[in-house]
Amino acid sequence: MRNPYRAQRIAFFFLFLATLLIVVPVGLIVVIIVQKGLPAISWQFLSDIPRHGMRVGGIFPAIVGTIYLVTGAIIFALPIGLLAAIYLSEYSKDNFLTRIIRLAIVNLAGVPSVVYGLFGLALFVVFLKFGASILSGSLTLGIMILPIIITTSREALESVPQSFREVSLSLGASKWQTIRHIVLPNAIPGILTGTILGIGRAAGETAPILFTVAAFYLPQLPDSIFDQAMALPYHLYVISTQVPNVDEKIRYGTALVLLALVLFMNLVAIIIRYKFRKRKKW
Amino acid sequence: MVTIGVGVKFEIHDLNIWFGSAHAIRHVNIEIQTNEILSVIGPANSGKTTFLRTLNRLNELYANYNITGEVELEREDIRSIEIGELRRKVGMVFALPLPLPLSIFDNVAYGIKMHDRRGKKELEEKVEETLRQAYLWEEVKDRLSESAFKLSGGQQQRLCIARTLAVGPEVILFDEPCSGLDPISTAKVEDAMVKLKEKFTIVLVTNNVKQAARVGDKTAFFLNGELVELDKTDRIFTAPQDKRTDGYIRGKFG
Repeated sequence: MRNPYRAQRIAFFFLFLATLLIVVPVGLIVVIIVQKGLPAISWQFLSDIPRHGMRVGGIFPAIVGTIYLVTGAIIFALPIGLLAAIYLSEYSKDNFLTRIIRLAIVNLAGVPSVVYGLFGLALFVVFLKFGASILSGSLTLGIMILPIIITTSREALESVPQSFREVSLSLGASKWQTIRHIVLPNAIPGILTGTILGIGRAAGETAPILFTVAAFYLPQLPDSIFDQAMALPYHLYVISTQVPNVDEKIRYGTALVLLALVLFMNLVAIIIRYKFRKRKKW
Repeated sequence: MVTIGVGVKFEIHDLNIWFGSAHAIRHVNIEIQTNEILSVIGPANSGKTTFLRTLNRLNELYANYNITGEVELEREDIRSIEIGELRRKVGMVFALPLPLPLSIFDNVAYGIKMHDRRGKKELEEKVEETLRQAYLWEEVKDRLSESAFKLSGGQQQRLCIARTLAVGPEVILFDEPCSGLDPISTAKVEDAMVKLKEKFTIVLVTNNVKQAARVGDKTAFFLNGELVELDKTDRIFTAPQDKRTDGYIRGKFG
């Protein structure tokens, strides 16, 4: 005889196992990186420039470079992505063309990051003559995270109940007033989720900045957005594979700083999101 | 049909509406008189709500929507009135209480702000005035900054009425406004409607035949998108001309 309760227990066990399989690697990564990287962390490590062929000294220029690049990418991608999402969710009609556009955006999210790097090299560095610069790198990273921001923002906008829109329109508000005052404020938590994902991706990718901005070694800070810059993921790659005899703790220390930086940026977005969610009242 | 007089608010001539291939409203002719309550009754899918949403052009939000015929508000084709202005003149109260996710004050102030800028003082006066009109002021005057979702269902629905009144309408469309309310809240909303008719023209779609009998000056009976009968409420309920009307109000179908 079939026993539904036993089947349920077995199902729960496998569901729990699957969840555990996600949590364990994340936990291990954090533990290993903290364990091996923490001894390298000191004020000097965070605030000094790399010295002696990057074998001693700090990683300050790479931290600053990554902050610049992520900030630039968000400044570029968030407004454009949000406007595109508003258009797709609120204005565009459902027809063959818009379905193609939606499909293209989803597929764009799956393009390998090195392809974005080559695209950025061709368009921004060479064709638009921005050179290898923070501007080129930010724009390349921005394009890479655009599909993430568009897709999550669109979902956030579409999850705002249709009845709110009808009420607002029935009071004589225009479509734009309805979007501006009713739809957008209630979609902000979801939009920020997309931004968080975008920040994490932009901060961690190496390939898109490889050809467009990243400097192998640059002892001073960039002066303008047309300068090259060091960046944490690329610096990590360099000291791990290109420079011999770098102390292991410096490599893990760099990884730890990158992880902490992404976590910190995420935390800021999560706090903002939490504040907005508390206001959500339906 | 009643002859055209000075008191005609809406004049609808040979109205037909389709959603895709579904013919939702068939050859409907109606005149709605100023300062009266027109109750619209009929079974589900009879086109009552579609008819109501024609009057403020809210049907246009749906894809595959098609309309023929004439709908005139005070002798002016509603399609030639700017849509924001039309919806300001023709307000709507929805079936379920649907406060916006804002405070009580901001729910009422929302529509006003969308139409023109006003000073804080003027806005506060207007909000108080409309909340009094909707018989809600005494219950909420000390908690205006609280979320509208903290109110009870009946209070929320009266808030929605206040929100509609705030933009200065001439006509108010009620779409089954008491379907989610208990009898006491229903009575309060009905009282409000009867008093509001002194200043406004009201169209009330209701599934509750008794409600139509209680508050309506005239009653229209819809069936399968057709207007079967339209007459003074007491005549509809005492001596209906069509036996389908008679059957419906006696609860024999629908």
